[in-house]
Amino acid sequence: MNVLNTLQDNIVSHFAAQGFVINHHAHPFVTLQAETPREQMALQSDRYELTLILNKKALIDVAIQLRDMPQFCFDQLIDVCGVDYLTYGIAEWVTDKATGSGFERAVDQDGIRMESFSGSRFAVVYHLLSVKHNQRLRLKVFLDENELCIPSIMPVWPSADWFEREAFDLFGFLFEGHPDLRRILTDYGFIGHPFRKDFPTSGHVEMRYDKASERVIYQPVTIPERVLVPKVIREDSRYLEAEQKNG
Amino acid sequence: MAELHNYTLNFGPQHPAAHGVLRLILETEGEVIRHADPHIGLLHRATEKLAETKPYNQSIGYMDRLDYVSMMCNEHGYVLALEKLLGVTPPIRAQYIRVMFDEITRLLNHLLWLGAHALDIGAMAVFLYAFREREDLLDCYEAVSGARMHATYYRPGGVYRDLPSTMPQYAPSAWRSEKDTKEMNESRQGSLLDFIQAFCDRFPQRVDEYETLLTDNRIWKQRTVDVGIVTAERALQLGFTGPMLRGSGVAWDLRKKQPYETYSALNFDIPIGKNGDCYDRYLVRVEEMRQSNRIILQCIEWLRKNPGPVMVNDAKVAPPSRTVMKESMEALIHHFKLFTEGYTIPAGEAYAAVEHPKGEFGVYLVSDGANKPYRLKIRAPGFSHLAALNEMSRGHMIADVVSILSSQDIVFGEIDR
Repeated sequence: MNVLNTLQDNIVSHFAAQGFVINHHAHPFVTLQAETPREQMALQSDRYELTLILNKKALIDVAIQLRDMPQFCFDQLIDVCGVDYLTYGIAEWVTDKATGSGFERAVDQDGIRMESFSGSRFAVVYHLLSVKHNQRLRLKVFLDENELCIPSIMPVWPSADWFEREAFDLFGFLFEGHPDLRRILTDYGFIGHPFRKDFPTSGHVEMRYDKASERVIYQPVTIPERVLVPKVIREDSRYLEAEQKNG
Repeated sequence: MAELHNYTLNFGPQHPAAHGVLRLILETEGEVIRHADPHIGLLHRATEKLAETKPYNQSIGYMDRLDYVSMMCNEHGYVLALEKLLGVTPPIRAQYIRVMFDEITRLLNHLLWLGAHALDIGAMAVFLYAFREREDLLDCYEAVSGARMHATYYRPGGVYRDLPSTMPQYAPSAWRSEKDTKEMNESRQGSLLDFIQAFCDRFPQRVDEYETLLTDNRIWKQRTVDVGIVTAERALQLGFTGPMLRGSGVAWDLRKKQPYETYSALNFDIPIGKNGDCYDRYLVRVEEMRQSNRIILQCIEWLRKNPGPVMVNDAKVAPPSRTVMKESMEALIHHFKLFTEGYTIPAGEAYAAVEHPKGEFGVYLVSDGANKPYRLKIRAPGFSHLAALNEMSRGHMIADVVSILSSQDIVFGEIDR
């Protein structure tokens, strides 16, 4: 716990000295968007984990300092992944109304918004590890839907190579400066970015052998998408106490 | 005569030494590798996306199928992330059971790795011996969960059930005589703990046997020493974890550095290598097997003395027992809700990592307060290791690629996800 506080203080003092404005208690999704100025940062501490949210223009600069400054020494990039916040907080069932009229049992295709969310649609998340100080830090960069370019972190941590290819493949982020930004997990000739929330789980096309043309062909999927267990969001009073404590 | 320059060789995806479905495009100059380009994704099942469509507990079984030779360790990473977000801590007995099965899993993984590694390099016998030991360990899996491989045994809040007090027995049949059956059942007369204890007592000698076959073997050394060297600094930059990082001489093990469950209460050592070549990685993994054996013995001792619950007493997370469910209305409602809708997890995000036999297996979970994960990202250790294959094999011979690849301990279930 103390180690975490020290890291938090170090980040605040180090980057404040360089003119960064560090926001502490803000709900990250609401206040921080892709168009926030370069000097804006947010530091969030939750469940003994630190998240630093920053603008993509500052990413490389901050990353180099996090790697090289002796008080940080984040020498390992453990993971890079994308998140699509398109349906964040949208449930398929009403759960908060009284049972007077009975609950709707069918899945609501349009979705019911349970939590307000007004941030940017995409985020790229980096997980850092410092072997020297035995600490972890999460970096988060929000991206707008129409501006999916982000500088590649490969010059700072070479391990980003395949992770960035994967994020490009699954979400369509364009990592500027990546030497070899090809698809990695999906099939040769695949179209679309399958981990986006508007990409159906069953996909758009299916493959079969066509006897007439004597070759394998693609055709639109024939199976309808089903929801087996609807997504519900419940207000749980058990967590209220903890939330209030966190402020 | 026409001069030959670079020659492109397609290795896999059906090559037996490609460890599953790796397609490797090798650019060679004579027999020397100039560039290796692994094509992965042939086993991609979009586990992370599928998990987004299911209640939390239904994805535990998918975790087994990631790295399908170290099943319970995958479950462990996932379950730890759930517990972190839920804020529940499993009872101490469940933690010891998890540690014990994590180490059994490590043995399973390293035995398969050792057998396959030796087979790739040309030593047939080790593979057969390794499978003899794996058989016993898979029996432990079966005794505790009913499944020999895909156990789905860990649950948020503990483990599915306590260790059984009897072991399943072999029955005589047309091809197995009464006498043989009796011999086979000899170590199965007591509880599961007795069975594991008997295994652990004979296992160190078995490791000695493997080492007799390999460690000082001239051919083995020719094929592994100074092949695929990675310096400590470079290993960190490339995102190596686990035995790959320790083989390069970095003493980093999450069980020691960021202890989860009861690892801080157990005695074990972390072996590290010196040169960062295939031979050092081999030595590190062999020593890890001995250390795992030590941990299992300590767990057995503790588990014998301390009976207790193995599931957290929280009706919102843990299903009620069948007997309670039949009598209590409230338990019946809990049971119904848990198995139809599942539990909801408070909004937030968490990253949990375990020291998987292959390295750091991490699960990054984003929840928006629903009964399904909003985003689940699985950080597979093999992914970064395989990404470094190009660098590690450049300048080596074609045959060395096989040594390097199998020394990385690659399993495609986790890399392709």
